[in-house]
Amino acid sequence: MSRGIELTHSTKRRAIPVAMALAGSLALAACGAANESASSSGTSDAGSSTEQLSGTLDGAGSSAQQAAMQGWTAGFSTEQPDVTVNYDPVGSGGGREQFLSGGVDFAGSDAYLSDDEVTKAKDRCGGGDVFELPNYISAIAVVYNLPGVDELNLSPDTIAKIFAGSITTWDDPAIKADNPDAQLPGTAITPVHRGDKSGTTKNFTDYLAKAAPNSWTGGAVDEWPAQGGEAANGTSGVISAVQAGKGAIGYADESQAGSLGIADVKVGGDWVKPSAAGAAAVVEGSQIKSGRGQYDFAYDINRTPTDKSQYPLVLVSYHIGCMQYADADTATLVQAFESYVISQDGQKAAADQAGSSPISDTLREQSQKAIDAITSQ
Amino acid sequence: MTTTSQSPDRRSVRRLGDRLFSGSATGAGVLILLVLAGVATFLVAQSIPALTADPADLPQGGSLAAYIWPLLFGTLLAATIALLVATPLAVGIALFVTYYAPRRLAQGLGYLVDLLAAIPSIVYGFWGIAWLAPRLVPFYEWLDEHASWIPFFAGPASATGKTMLTAGIVLAIMILPIISAISREVFRQAPALHREAALALGATRWEMIRMAVLPYGRSGVIGGAMLGLGRALGETLAIAIVLSVSPGVVSVNLISSTNPSTIAANVALNFPDSSGLAVNALIASGLALFVITFAVNFFARAIVNRRAEFSE
Repeated sequence: MSRGIELTHSTKRRAIPVAMALAGSLALAACGAANESASSSGTSDAGSSTEQLSGTLDGAGSSAQQAAMQGWTAGFSTEQPDVTVNYDPVGSGGGREQFLSGGVDFAGSDAYLSDDEVTKAKDRCGGGDVFELPNYISAIAVVYNLPGVDELNLSPDTIAKIFAGSITTWDDPAIKADNPDAQLPGTAITPVHRGDKSGTTKNFTDYLAKAAPNSWTGGAVDEWPAQGGEAANGTSGVISAVQAGKGAIGYADESQAGSLGIADVKVGGDWVKPSAAGAAAVVEGSQIKSGRGQYDFAYDINRTPTDKSQYPLVLVSYHIGCMQYADADTATLVQAFESYVISQDGQKAAADQAGSSPISDTLREQSQKAIDAITSQ
Repeated sequence: MTTTSQSPDRRSVRRLGDRLFSGSATGAGVLILLVLAGVATFLVAQSIPALTADPADLPQGGSLAAYIWPLLFGTLLAATIALLVATPLAVGIALFVTYYAPRRLAQGLGYLVDLLAAIPSIVYGFWGIAWLAPRLVPFYEWLDEHASWIPFFAGPASATGKTMLTAGIVLAIMILPIISAISREVFRQAPALHREAALALGATRWEMIRMAVLPYGRSGVIGGAMLGLGRALGETLAIAIVLSVSPGVVSVNLISSTNPSTIAANVALNFPDSSGLAVNALIASGLALFVITFAVNFFARAIVNRRAEFSE
């Protein structure tokens, strides 16, 4: 009776637990692979001069820093093989929130803390101040796809009008005025912007709002404000959209521009191409926001410099942490990690991994003073 | 089996195995209901801050309804295009596989169509943006030139092809295997007696299909289409990659760069960098999608059940 049914279904009965075990092990392997932790290297002679630390450091925040953070954690683990640095790229807003609630030891953020957040941070840091170090500087390039035009000069007003939709063809008088010698075709312009929330958009619109206030009324926002134009997803989306559309123009991280044409931007009376030195120089030449702690280096980037060694279209991303930690081990780990990040090796690792611009020596000295002053309660 | 002296009452014999099995089956059913209730509660609880917030604090500065309505419109528009393109195609494939193709070809073709369902949706997104969109640009330009008096094809054609029509076509290919698989099963089960009777009366193959197979399979095809619609409503990454979105726009223009986003794609694009009230607004849009999908499935089930009465 029931025996007969059991026999014909026995293979099915045996197969189900095996299949579940296989699926379960695959799922666990996937979970394990997603959580990357710094692996200890065999030799430790690289860090033999400094004290060998151990422990875990947790950070969260900007996704723009994600690639650089991979370079930093890999490089730091060769110096300190027993330290694990975890970074969760939830976005700048999420990173600041997690830091203020005490969930992570430091945050990576494309924007400096607002005044309200500074007050909250004082509570989080047990009454002490915060440090905000501009550790990641990345130049934003205006890329375009116009066959036959290799050199293009654009003034801030022209860029603003193109992205606001007032200029619609490449042979518009405003573009001709910036490029008197160039042969510009009558192709239609397709401006490409980011469809997702992004620090690149925030810095680009901030530049337009400050350098071309008459032509750009959208303000400095991290989500593209206007309708019209193409929206692309992520830096790679912008690059592929500009590559695909003839006559397209967009803004993206300079290191991802590939073979696309890059426009020269007007600074003072000169035309400046994006460069690592120019990006670092404009941060150095900018003002630190006043009324904050001694080691809170929150820069209001000068978007209208006149010196041609400065390139104003930059994204600056900060590392935010406490000057005073409750736990002595955390303070030491933060000091060691941040020292590596601002060092020449660290900045070179970030430049190799993410194409960022290394910080200048002046910024390095300034940040080192802040790191040396980190203490524990 | 005769009742033994151990159970004098008239209850059926329930051994330990029976109790375990019925208990775990009931437990599984209850667990699913609990999970569904938990998800609904989470959505409502996390949406309340957005529902009660000051409009100035919400993203795009308007009321929550003004934020969600364009997204909902975009979702329904993309899903409708996908359904309109996919359903006739899937029914055609199913009829070919069951009634027209030679046996071996039919099996291979059925297997290949089912393989389409195995491709990850992000791969569809890359394929759409890298291969399909640039090749549709001449077609959009042709439409813009000759058919721009139709509201669907008005407005300047996109130079990169990342339009609502492209997204709809990518979605259609993604839901094709679902509708096709269910249609095939239903058409295969059309009563042989009816089919042979039609053929015996002198009907051609197409007339036989029209008289005996299609009326029988209608409710199954609708059920399959509703399943495909459910997937199309929730598709996230393929649309996020392929579509060029503009915030807050409601437009039926299928070939321009100014398109409404869909709810799921909007969450995918904005969630990583959102915090605070913006996250609550995104979850509120998720709640709207949950309600719409629920309503669509309910409606579909009602249609299927009503037709089931007639087609039996």
